[in-house]
Amino acid sequence: MVKLFGQRVPLPALIGLLIIVANLLAAAFAPWIAPFPEADVVGDAWAEADATYWLGLDNLGRDIFSRLLYGARMSIGLSLLITVLSFTIGVIGGFTAAIGKGWIDAALSRFVDLILAMPTLIFAFVVLSVMGTDLAVLVVTLACLDSVKVFRLARALAVNIGALEYVEVARVRGEGLWWVITREILPNALAPLIAEFGLRFTFAFLFVAALSFLGLGVQPPAADWGSMVRDYRDVIALDSPAPFYPAGAIALLTIGVNFVVDWLLALHARGYGEGA
Amino acid sequence: MTERTKGDLVLDVSQLRIEVRTDAGPGPVLVDDVSFTLRRGEVLGLIGESGAGKSTIGLAVLGYTRANCFITGGSLRFHGRDIRTMSAAERRALRGPGVAYIAQSAAASFNPAHTILQQVCEIPIQQGLLSPAAARSRAIGLFRELDLPNPEQFGDRYPHQVSGGQLQRAMAAMAMAARPDILIFDEPTTALDVTTQVEVLASFRKLIREHGTSAIYITHDLAVVAQIADEIMVLRQGRMVEHGTADAILHHPQQDYTRRLVAERFEAHGHHAQDSGALLELRHVVASYASLLRVVNDVSLRIQRGDTLAVVGESGSGKSSLARVIMGLLPREAGDIRFRDEMLASRLKDRTREQLRRVQMIYQSPDVALNPNQTLLQIIGRPVQFYFRRSRAEVRARVLELLAMMDLPADYIDRKPGALSGGQKQRVGIARALAAEPDLIICDEVTSALDQLVGEEILKLLKRLQEELGIAYLFITHDLGTVKRIANKVAVMLKGEMVDGGETEAVFAPPYHPYTQLLLSSVPEMRSDWLDGVLAGRAG
Repeated sequence: MVKLFGQRVPLPALIGLLIIVANLLAAAFAPWIAPFPEADVVGDAWAEADATYWLGLDNLGRDIFSRLLYGARMSIGLSLLITVLSFTIGVIGGFTAAIGKGWIDAALSRFVDLILAMPTLIFAFVVLSVMGTDLAVLVVTLACLDSVKVFRLARALAVNIGALEYVEVARVRGEGLWWVITREILPNALAPLIAEFGLRFTFAFLFVAALSFLGLGVQPPAADWGSMVRDYRDVIALDSPAPFYPAGAIALLTIGVNFVVDWLLALHARGYGEGA
Repeated sequence: MTERTKGDLVLDVSQLRIEVRTDAGPGPVLVDDVSFTLRRGEVLGLIGESGAGKSTIGLAVLGYTRANCFITGGSLRFHGRDIRTMSAAERRALRGPGVAYIAQSAAASFNPAHTILQQVCEIPIQQGLLSPAAARSRAIGLFRELDLPNPEQFGDRYPHQVSGGQLQRAMAAMAMAARPDILIFDEPTTALDVTTQVEVLASFRKLIREHGTSAIYITHDLAVVAQIADEIMVLRQGRMVEHGTADAILHHPQQDYTRRLVAERFEAHGHHAQDSGALLELRHVVASYASLLRVVNDVSLRIQRGDTLAVVGESGSGKSSLARVIMGLLPREAGDIRFRDEMLASRLKDRTREQLRRVQMIYQSPDVALNPNQTLLQIIGRPVQFYFRRSRAEVRARVLELLAMMDLPADYIDRKPGALSGGQKQRVGIARALAAEPDLIICDEVTSALDQLVGEEILKLLKRLQEELGIAYLFITHDLGTVKRIANKVAVMLKGEMVDGGETEAVFAPPYHPYTQLLLSSVPEMRSDWLDGVLAGRAG
């Protein structure tokens, strides 16, 4: 039986972990695994799958399998970057608000409410239309939009943990803010934050795919799963399976990450009962 | 206790065994080979520390076990019928008219959305025993028997509109409403203040005597159970230690464990403090929450080196707020706090590191006072590193020294609090306070979350440390028994004000302040006629 953190890993979580690892490997080693470069035209458009072109060729005659591998790289890499950045901003902001209290908390929280009041997709639209669809702009915009949700979780966690006596002990000892945050609060908030990280990663991933599908995300000729679905959608009418490959890849990774997140959340819920 | 004629057999529990079973396989045995009988009108006290299996037995009599617990052996015969073999419908009919339960927390047992009367009448009406009108008049009769104020109108109130003691009695009325043969009291007075406990205990006793109800009274406090039980069974780790009449257990305990339980309350400590000027002095200190609710009002007190000052009072009297004011966590609005002839700033932020170091605190609940993600080395070592800037090796050596002082094994140094028992965690809390080498330690109800014998060990440890290191204690507690033994000075608080204070012998000797006398007379003593004496004294 497979064990992790001293606990038995349930089957769905195991499947989820396998999916994630496979995707990460594909993303990391795409240039070495892929039989063809991502942007090269290697044959006729919509050529059927055969021994050379495993999943067939696309609308311009590029190898779909190779583009899927490169697409994994782009989609997963972007989502990871966005999520990491959004967590950095959100956690620092949330903890600062919870510990600073008073006007710092009020100012940050109301600002976050303001952003939350606007539909994310529309907001992203406006920013990307004005600022251009450079990858850096894309990452920073989405990270900032996502960070307000992380902010709320981080603030709630820090308020709860900050009320516990061991944090009071540290404050009474005369410890500075940095110690209280990094040594007393963060380690005890880590489990729910990690679970949230998984969830937010899937959302970021779907969001990038949606933006690419709408033409505001990753720009051609770079491959990414969302824009691949957009490019291939016309051939659904021709009974071609091409659009299902990138769409299926998106669905598979989303399900895999959710399996793992569910398991992490269950682990965390169990952890809470121990003290009682 | 007056001799009453006991009726026929109501309950016969024999060789009861209850185990935990989970998906992972069989777990610990919670109750093992426990047998007792209960006759009509008889009260059996179940006593033991937490984890002794008291509540598990009480619930089993209701035909109920907690999640993952199973009755795996023995029988529970209620009027000759085994509760174990009853169908779900039969058990349902048993609960209420047969056996009823009174829980520790009345506040958690009442539905806040319904009036008390609705909830008291619910069982007899649901079970079809009484018409709504008859149930109502019975409930009012019970309120009257339980000495509740305005019995006619009392039931129209919602649970949050009555006091804790009244709600506890209302729960007894709810349990009695269907006239059960057996009442199970599960620590019903543990959450109450001593002064309230007396009234509630007296009401309970009156109720079961008048109705000739049998009862199982579960508690960890031998002095409480002595007032109400005919027989006492002492339990430990799910097994019976001793079983006998209340008088026999109290005066002639046969087992070593029972003797220790009985003896603890009688133990007395000598005390002496050398006069060496004031260590901490409070003058006319005033503090409020959000400048609205005044919680500390004009309090003055003085602690000398080596002193133990006990601050006593009921919950809500401002004891803990006073500690927070001294620590600087709750800024004072007026008054002076002087420590070693230096004025202490009102706020924590404005105090020097040296001032912070010299006053340390130990908390009531070690579970939340220790960071679950840190090892004992980090928890205890941090003050050493923070205040004295020692090297890594020196910190480790000092932590080992402190662990030894606390009688904790040296290999615990790399453990986290989750792997320790409650008493051990409290020792870690003490070690952390000592690591700062303070002059004064504020102890906030440090034993009240612990079992009696474990708490006793903690008190002895604190006492020993005081003799070795000359530390002064400010000891916040509601347990007057503790105060008499460990404190040489007392401050009695009521509604934020200090109503009485001075040397322990003087405060606890006549002439008393009226409130001190009320508190003192409310502490249960380990003789079975204590409650009668108190009630007679108050009536007269």
